[in-house]
Amino acid sequence: MIFFLCFVIFLIGLYCVIVKKNILKIVIGIAIMEYAVNLFLILLGYRWEGVPAIVTETVTQAKFVDPLPQALVLTAIVISIATLALMVSLCIRIHQRYKTFDITKIRRLKG
Amino acid sequence: MLPLYLLLFLMILGSLVAVHTRTLLSAVISLSLVGLVLCVTFLYLQTPDIAITQIIVEIVALVILIRAVATGKEVSDIKGKKEVFSLVAVIAFIVIFGYFAYQALTFIEFPKFGYPLMRVSQFYVEEGLKKTGSANLITSVVLGFRAYDTLGEVTVLFAAVLGTLVILRGVGRKK
Repeated sequence: MIFFLCFVIFLIGLYCVIVKKNILKIVIGIAIMEYAVNLFLILLGYRWEGVPAIVTETVTQAKFVDPLPQALVLTAIVISIATLALMVSLCIRIHQRYKTFDITKIRRLKG
Repeated sequence: MLPLYLLLFLMILGSLVAVHTRTLLSAVISLSLVGLVLCVTFLYLQTPDIAITQIIVEIVALVILIRAVATGKEVSDIKGKKEVFSLVAVIAFIVIFGYFAYQALTFIEFPKFGYPLMRVSQFYVEEGLKKTGSANLITSVVLGFRAYDTLGEVTVLFAAVLGTLVILRGVGRKK
């Protein structure tokens, strides 16, 4: 059930990417999809009544949440901010040249 | 369990507002709301490292997106002509995606929520402190066991920053 709510967030982002005509709305949709995928991976590694995976004297190792998805999601979050900055800079350049964010009007091939 | 559902519903609500609102600035603010709720969700799921990273990245993303919104004078939503085709495509996507998600969640061996598969990471949990000397197991995975992944991440980050600088550079090459 909780995974399906996560899929709903992903599908909202997919809808935004496919339907919207504003180029910044497409960037927003991609960001929403990234959030949903990161949340899904973290949900896969959750354990009931788990504790953070940090070794101390008092905590037993059997209660740790899964550290592997967390490490990979940490990588994915940092990469997502870099790609967001790249997309936004492309949007700014496109707006300087075409004076619009509408993707139906951006169709000249002349560089 | 109930707070998790509430947080997820708040995320769905925020993303719906971000998709459907008319002004771009409020869409960006709603997107930032979704990111901050995601940060709280990570804290609830016992992953403080991801929560710290998420909140920093979220603030930076908000600043970058507001810079992009401030570029254009037009902030209203753009109406397209071929809405019907897009809606059909979206419905087809949703049906196919839902079918495969249902198959994956029911028939294939899939971990239930709260009972993670610990095939690989059992070794990391047992040997992490001894082999890498880091009490935080996430650090030991990122910088010790999976250090080549981190090298790839840094490469991608470098390429993206370089691309951003090249695109936004003011002076172009003379012809």
